[in-house]
Amino acid sequence: MRIRVIEEKCQGHARCFALAPDVFDVDDYGQSSAKNEGVVPPSLEEKVRLAIENCPEFAIEVLEP
Amino acid sequence: MGKLQPVEDWATDFEVLDEGYVHDPFPVWDELRNTCPVAHTNRRGSTWLLTTYEDVTEAAHDIDVFSSLDIGVIPAVEDEFDPLPYGLPPIGSDPPLHTWTRRLLLPWFSHTRVDGYEKMTRDLCNRLIGSFIETRSADAAADYAQQIPVRVIAKILGVPEDLSDDFTGWVRDVLEFADVEERAIRGRDGILGFLLEQMPLRKENPQDDLISELLHVEHDGEKVEDSVVLGIAALVLIAGIDTTWSAIGSSLWHLATHPEDTERLVNEPELMDSAIEEFLRAYSPVTMARVVTEDTEFKGCPMSKGDKVLMNFPAANRDPAAFEDADQVILDRARNRHVAFGSGIHRCAGSNLARMELRVAIEEWLRRIPEFHVAPGAEVTWAGGQVRGPRSLPVVFS
Repeated sequence: MRIRVIEEKCQGHARCFALAPDVFDVDDYGQSSAKNEGVVPPSLEEKVRLAIENCPEFAIEVLEP
Repeated sequence: MGKLQPVEDWATDFEVLDEGYVHDPFPVWDELRNTCPVAHTNRRGSTWLLTTYEDVTEAAHDIDVFSSLDIGVIPAVEDEFDPLPYGLPPIGSDPPLHTWTRRLLLPWFSHTRVDGYEKMTRDLCNRLIGSFIETRSADAAADYAQQIPVRVIAKILGVPEDLSDDFTGWVRDVLEFADVEERAIRGRDGILGFLLEQMPLRKENPQDDLISELLHVEHDGEKVEDSVVLGIAALVLIAGIDTTWSAIGSSLWHLATHPEDTERLVNEPELMDSAIEEFLRAYSPVTMARVVTEDTEFKGCPMSKGDKVLMNFPAANRDPAAFEDADQVILDRARNRHVAFGSGIHRCAGSNLARMELRVAIEEWLRRIPEFHVAPGAEVTWAGGQVRGPRSLPVVFS
């Protein structure tokens, strides 16, 4: 699985960081980004799906399922 | 208040301060969503009320048509005292002012900073619980919820904690009693007068606090104007107190009236994070307004330049089109895209802080008081309008 955070959509709700802190990072301004160039290890895919479904801005895009 | 005309038709003449509505707005929203999802009133000027998730989030993102230059659900008092030509940035402003003032504020509420406030919040919660636990009763709103966020905000602003009661009084005047002119003025003058007195002191002698930093930071090579600093500091004080206190109070009200949920949360503390999000969704405290910038049609409704639009985030979060079993509080709800902290560029700048305070307040309460309920015969009172939450919540415990 590979994902990315769409920068223009992210508004800093930080739900992804709370749900999958091993995959997402958030800076001092609330901007989220995907670690490891968005590559998600299989063991964390479930958490990432949860993060996607909890983002109020629909800002996480799945690049490769 | 107390002299409001009763509402006969919520679709054409809604009244956000109606006593029954403040107490229990949910049936009104359900009815409007099914019959007239964009309601209107001419009370306090031409104003529209959005009730669906789709409409609220769409309007929140259309910042050209729906400006944040007037965010008050109840119009502010207009008189000759106006030291805020730029209002309350960033929330009460549009880009570009919004963009750079928000960047000044955000690092103060980053995850890292908020982690640093957690211990003092936990200690504070325990001190408060310690003050009433022996009596086996408390007003969970006034003695507990109300006392927490104000002290954390005082710390961030760098002002003495013993002013907490003054701050709470002023903020209640501004938000809760916005419709009572003398109280709205008293609150506004209290907050602004206090900050205007503090600013020169911090200019002379900067401390490690938000007001000092705003007074010394540069934007585009120049110091930030005093009136902008005043607006930002007033915003932090107003927005950081009543809102989180209302969320803590509503969550405790839910637990006091749903013992099965209290028991589950005590026995399954791993549900705390999803439960907090669910309380935020089901009892979102904050409604913000927007002002229409040009004549427009929105969802078939003719809106005129200058009309107010109420971004009813609490109703959006109860929309069955966006949430399964939207009227049920489900502590382990897995999919929860709620917009309790708004949507789009005005997402609450203090949301990390609010979440931490809410979680710690509930964790410590349940750790010390795992069983409690509303005192028999006692009346729970609610405030509404811009911010909804319980103002008196008498509970008893064993």
